[in-house]
Amino acid sequence: MASNKKYWQSVEELNENSSIVETLRNNEFVEEIPTEDFLGDKEALSSSSTSRRDFLKYVGFSTAAASLAACEGPVIKSIPYVVQPEEIIPGVADYYATTMADGFDFANILIKTREGRPIKVENNTLAGSKVAANGRVHASVLSLYDSMRLKQPLVSGKPASWQEVDAKVAAGLSQAAAGAGSVVVLTGTLASPSTDKIIAEFGAKYPGFKHVVYDSVSSSEALDAFQQVYGERALADYDFLKADVIVSVGADFLGDWQGGGYDSGYTQGRIPNKNGKMSKHIQIESNMSLTGANADKRIPLTVTEQKYALVKIYNIVTGSSVAVPDVNKTYAKAVEQAASQLKAAGSKGVFVTGLDDVNAQLLAIAINNALASAAFNPAGARYVRKGDAKAVAQLVKDMKAGTVHTLIMNNVNPVYTLPNSADFVEGLKKVKLSVSFSLKEDETASKTTVAAAAPHYLESWGDVSIAKGYYAVTQPTIRPLFNTKQFQDALLAWSGNPQAYYDYLKTVAPAYTGGKTWNQLVHDGVALTGVATTTTAALGANYSGAASALAAAKPAAGMLELVLYTKTGLGDGQQANNPWLQEFPDPITRTSWDNYVTVAKADADALGLENWNVANGGLNGSLVTVEVNGVKLQNVPVIIQPGQAKGTVGIALGYGREAAMKKEMIVGVNAYTLYSNFNSFQNAKLTKTDGEHEFACVQLQKTLMGRGDIVKEATLADFNNKPVEEWNIMPVVSYDHKEVPAASIDLWESFDRTTGHHFNLSIDLNACTGCGACVIACHAENNVPVVGKSEIRRSRDMHWLRIDRYYSSQDTFAGDVELKEGTTGLMNTIETFGNMEDPADNPQVVFQPVMCQHCNHAPCETVCPVAATSHGRQGQNHMAYNRCVGTRYCANNCPYKVRRFNWFLYNKNNDFDYHMNDDLGRMVLNPDVNVRSRGVMEKCSFCIQSTQAVILKAKREGRVVAKGEFNDACACSAACSTGAMVFGDVNEKEDPIVRLKEDERAYHLLSHIGTQPNVFYHVKVRNT
Amino acid sequence: MSIIIFNMKKVGNHTSISRILLFCVALSLCFSVSTFAQEAAAPAAAAAPAADAAAAPAGAGDPVKGKELFNANCASCHKLDAKSTGPALRGVADKHDKAWLYRWIHNSSEMIKSGDAEAVKLFADNGGVTMTAFPQLAEADIDNIMAYTSQPKEVAAAPAGGGTTAQAGGEGNGGSSNTLILGALVLVLVVLIVMLVLVNKTLRRVAAANGVVVVENEPTLPLWKAYAKNQFLVLVTVILLMLSGAYFLYGYTMQIGVDQNYQPVQPIHFSHKIHAGDNGIDCKYCHSAARVSKNSGIPSLNVCMNCHKNIAEFAGDKDSLYVDHSKEFYTGEIQKLYDAVGWDKAAQKYTGKQKPVKWVRIHNLPDFVYFNHSQHVSVAGVECQTCHGPVETFEVMKQNAPLTMGWCINCHRETDVKVEGNDYYKKIHDELAKKYGVQKLTAANMGGTECGKCHY
Repeated sequence: MASNKKYWQSVEELNENSSIVETLRNNEFVEEIPTEDFLGDKEALSSSSTSRRDFLKYVGFSTAAASLAACEGPVIKSIPYVVQPEEIIPGVADYYATTMADGFDFANILIKTREGRPIKVENNTLAGSKVAANGRVHASVLSLYDSMRLKQPLVSGKPASWQEVDAKVAAGLSQAAAGAGSVVVLTGTLASPSTDKIIAEFGAKYPGFKHVVYDSVSSSEALDAFQQVYGERALADYDFLKADVIVSVGADFLGDWQGGGYDSGYTQGRIPNKNGKMSKHIQIESNMSLTGANADKRIPLTVTEQKYALVKIYNIVTGSSVAVPDVNKTYAKAVEQAASQLKAAGSKGVFVTGLDDVNAQLLAIAINNALASAAFNPAGARYVRKGDAKAVAQLVKDMKAGTVHTLIMNNVNPVYTLPNSADFVEGLKKVKLSVSFSLKEDETASKTTVAAAAPHYLESWGDVSIAKGYYAVTQPTIRPLFNTKQFQDALLAWSGNPQAYYDYLKTVAPAYTGGKTWNQLVHDGVALTGVATTTTAALGANYSGAASALAAAKPAAGMLELVLYTKTGLGDGQQANNPWLQEFPDPITRTSWDNYVTVAKADADALGLENWNVANGGLNGSLVTVEVNGVKLQNVPVIIQPGQAKGTVGIALGYGREAAMKKEMIVGVNAYTLYSNFNSFQNAKLTKTDGEHEFACVQLQKTLMGRGDIVKEATLADFNNKPVEEWNIMPVVSYDHKEVPAASIDLWESFDRTTGHHFNLSIDLNACTGCGACVIACHAENNVPVVGKSEIRRSRDMHWLRIDRYYSSQDTFAGDVELKEGTTGLMNTIETFGNMEDPADNPQVVFQPVMCQHCNHAPCETVCPVAATSHGRQGQNHMAYNRCVGTRYCANNCPYKVRRFNWFLYNKNNDFDYHMNDDLGRMVLNPDVNVRSRGVMEKCSFCIQSTQAVILKAKREGRVVAKGEFNDACACSAACSTGAMVFGDVNEKEDPIVRLKEDERAYHLLSHIGTQPNVFYHVKVRNT
Repeated sequence: MSIIIFNMKKVGNHTSISRILLFCVALSLCFSVSTFAQEAAAPAAAAAPAADAAAAPAGAGDPVKGKELFNANCASCHKLDAKSTGPALRGVADKHDKAWLYRWIHNSSEMIKSGDAEAVKLFADNGGVTMTAFPQLAEADIDNIMAYTSQPKEVAAAPAGGGTTAQAGGEGNGGSSNTLILGALVLVLVVLIVMLVLVNKTLRRVAAANGVVVVENEPTLPLWKAYAKNQFLVLVTVILLMLSGAYFLYGYTMQIGVDQNYQPVQPIHFSHKIHAGDNGIDCKYCHSAARVSKNSGIPSLNVCMNCHKNIAEFAGDKDSLYVDHSKEFYTGEIQKLYDAVGWDKAAQKYTGKQKPVKWVRIHNLPDFVYFNHSQHVSVAGVECQTCHGPVETFEVMKQNAPLTMGWCINCHRETDVKVEGNDYYKKIHDELAKKYGVQKLTAANMGGTECGKCHY
């Protein structure tokens, strides 16, 4: 008998008149299936000569043919050299010492080449090297293979030969020499003695010749101050290793402040030494910067308050009494405390500031001189920034006035980077002859008469003097890929010098090499000039006047204070078309593929701005319009940034480029439009606009939730005075009803690992600044694919090495732990944990690099159904890609979540149009590492290709592996200039890793689950 | 079906189907062609010694000794019939006075300095290259050399057998006597069968004549029907068929992608047999990268030119076994090298016009396998032939080993690591030897069978 029961399908059916029920009954699919799109045209369908039968025949035949063809191996051709260069052996890497100097980043590096192709950047560690490579320098090797580069010179936008360019320029120059107008050379900071000389020689012929130096991100005020005091246009050098107390007001010196490169000295002083001493770092700033995140104490202040704080510190340190308002109620005391600590440190203290204000910069010099700071070194002046904001402003005026006849630019993109870009474009129209030496047909080069294709620095000769007493050469590591010409070569030719730049350089260099021969110089890449760096006598300046001027600063009513900054990934935006850098997650916000306005929680609440997570794991945010001096920046996404000083907002420069960019890379907004007067501090107004923005954020969990065993922390006092058991607590488990150390309990039988090599990686959380150089180096070494914004948003990022960033939800992490342990009862616990998900207004921050932990008892290995992942006796957890069938059990069973799955084929796939999709970009791939295909799992291998190579080299030479030789095998530890990562063989007693492993700060991540990892961390000690 | 296969097969013999076809053709040829092939080989061998005997002594010297001396002292710069670093030397005795020649050979530069007109002219004609002085050569020696150079040029021996013989013949030479015996046996068998049938017929006729009734058997169930009725037998057969089917299917699938004996046609016919075999050139002279690199390296053409600058034509011994190709063929291949490297043989100069050679790669490991030659060649001291086979006997290079993982692993399990005299191994060897209680360690003992050692 049939049942008469009525089954309700939805509540909606209760409503008899509901149209939805009726619609659903009639339509199987809620939404219209777009069949019309492809079957709509009946006529076309019927008139087609291909019948259904034919179609099936074709399908059958092609399937049969394809399967037959599949049995046949492809014919692979090998084409050897006709005449093999002596230094190239196929399969063996060559290294060249060179120097990167693109006007923003300067670094002494080694370039690894394979079969003549540069594939990786490494640090040059010879004496005379000044600055180690950061993430952007590591990524610069990919910018060489940018498929959007300018491939030949253009005259008026049309491809031309260099002869045509020379003729055009010669004609223009002769007009200028005849008095038609002035000749101006506009370059970025060159720091190149030979180029400076060439420009001077070139300009001698032309009346009114000017060489204007332009930094897109300016340090002009600091240069002015230094020039005023020491008479030289340069920047003071700092050695943070010599400082016990570091106070910074708005200086992101672990980032790009004054050219950067200070992190290795800083971190060496941050590791507690044998006497239990480490430096104390107090950071006063608005945005949460990398430097602030690493500080022991961070004081968030608005820019105006920072100025007050600076004067206050000046008063206390120098004993002056310039009248100055209090910073604010909350932090007034903290500022005073910082000042007195600085004063107490005396010559062991150092003060830096990043305020774009000549008075502030003068006071910094005054404070350091008053301290007689050992870390402050004006004698070893740095030349990495030389831009003159006033001269640039004057140039734009002159151009608009029509007095500039010829403008020759090198490696600058003012149309994109100038705040008054429209004026510049207008002026450019009045310039008779404009030449732009550029890697790309960028915003500027597309508007000049001649777009001169310039070679990448890896294809060029050059010399760089990063600081006084240091000299370095740039040498080509590959034949020029395109029809390019160096700026220097062209300038020599145009000034009638028949010499090639290479020969010219050889004549200039000996004055700087301190006795090194040319060949030795090119081999080493660096030289110490041997110039005595005697202390320059300070000319002095009106410091108290500067202090009063600074103290007179007033906050603008009803405005937010905008602080423009550069991101660790993209910097000034020169390499915006570099997918590695775009995909690199910002160390602080952990967001890639975007810039955004960072807003304090209180301000966000007031403006109704929000961040929220959506179902697919993505982060969304509100949009605002930012208005500065009448200039509006539309649709800027908002990130609510813990630690952002209330009343301030931050936006990163370098985004929003559009010319000569791949479609996927055009992201973010161009904040240079707000950078008026080259001042990173502006008053801004934010208005919420409709719509929302989809971020690609790789870390949604912001806080540690009081899990003190993941990132272990201790205060310096505890570290020095308490027994190790109290601050490096080892987990215990119950065994036989007794509490025993978790590490002593094991489900598995242990292997004897004392024979042969056994690799371990040590990560010191005190030394890790979160700079991310290791992340990019890992990309380069291991052919890690770029997956793009929408995939990142789906949590499908492929980074083998991530740097987790955690905020404390109380004022300190210790407070979190206390709070967590103090909770009792269900409701209380739920409520507390709910609150703990939100970071504090000014939280402590910690960075933790996490990669495959290479567990000796790896959970992933036991669940793999096909034994694709297995353990090697050298401690590495192997991953055989060819064996993997993609069940992803391993990733699910990994407690560290370090395994990455290839959801798609990322190479030669038009849907992922990054470097692996073009022939040029694929040249950066490391031939020793497999390019993974779709459907396989991958992860950190401890760079097994390199450890094996080190072993093989030793075997071939019949010797044991040298001490520390393994450290440079791992891309991450080799890239780490701060010494946070050390890789080595624990079975080799001489290896530094042994000492690190036995250090009482060492602990394993999640050691209570008994995975026995081969990666260990060092407890972070804070000097509070 | 077969058309498709042959179209796809541009190179080598990948699939077994074509191999079977070839085998069938070969088998049928065995019976028809082998007798002719044997006869053709005979005159070729006979032709060789004749040329030597034809050489008539031209002076007082002994041309045989002269040849030895020539090869030892002169051949690096001079050829008989072609310009090399120095001029061609055939008939040089007729061009110059004997005494003049003695002086020239003993010390040519002195003669040029002294202003001897003939010497100066010769010096200038040859691009101003000074000839090495040979004061150690006695006049009698020079006479011998002159005798050798004065021999008339040999006429090239007629190519044996008119080019290439069918390689498909495979076992041609050795197999012919066997097939003869087999044929005889088949004949005997046929005769026996015929005899049996005849005897049977005769017996029936006799029986019929004698009135003996031959009892015809009751027609029983046909064998196949009986078989079909027996379910047990059917089951067993089906199982057997399935098992054997699975066996062959497994065998078939396991050889997919295994290119053992892959022997593609190369753009230049390079004979390893001539170079490594007959001339005894060390493998690593050309494949020098094998010592230090993961690649053995296909030699660049400048390496070829180290020797081939002077060896412009094939001069293999007449009695050698180069029956596959003619002398002209080999010389033509050397010319291909010259075209590629841009060497003008006549002017003895590089023209600068280069055409890189696109060799067909024979040993193809998949991308996910890392193999390093230097580990095997330099560290382990493995002979090249262990994996590549007797290359010195290969006229055309081919893949000798299957290059499968099983093949690699097997060797790693069986091969002892060469630890002597290598400090790297000393410590590890001592420790491991104690651990495993063995004196000799295999590569597998050292961890040579771990996945990650080759796959990354």
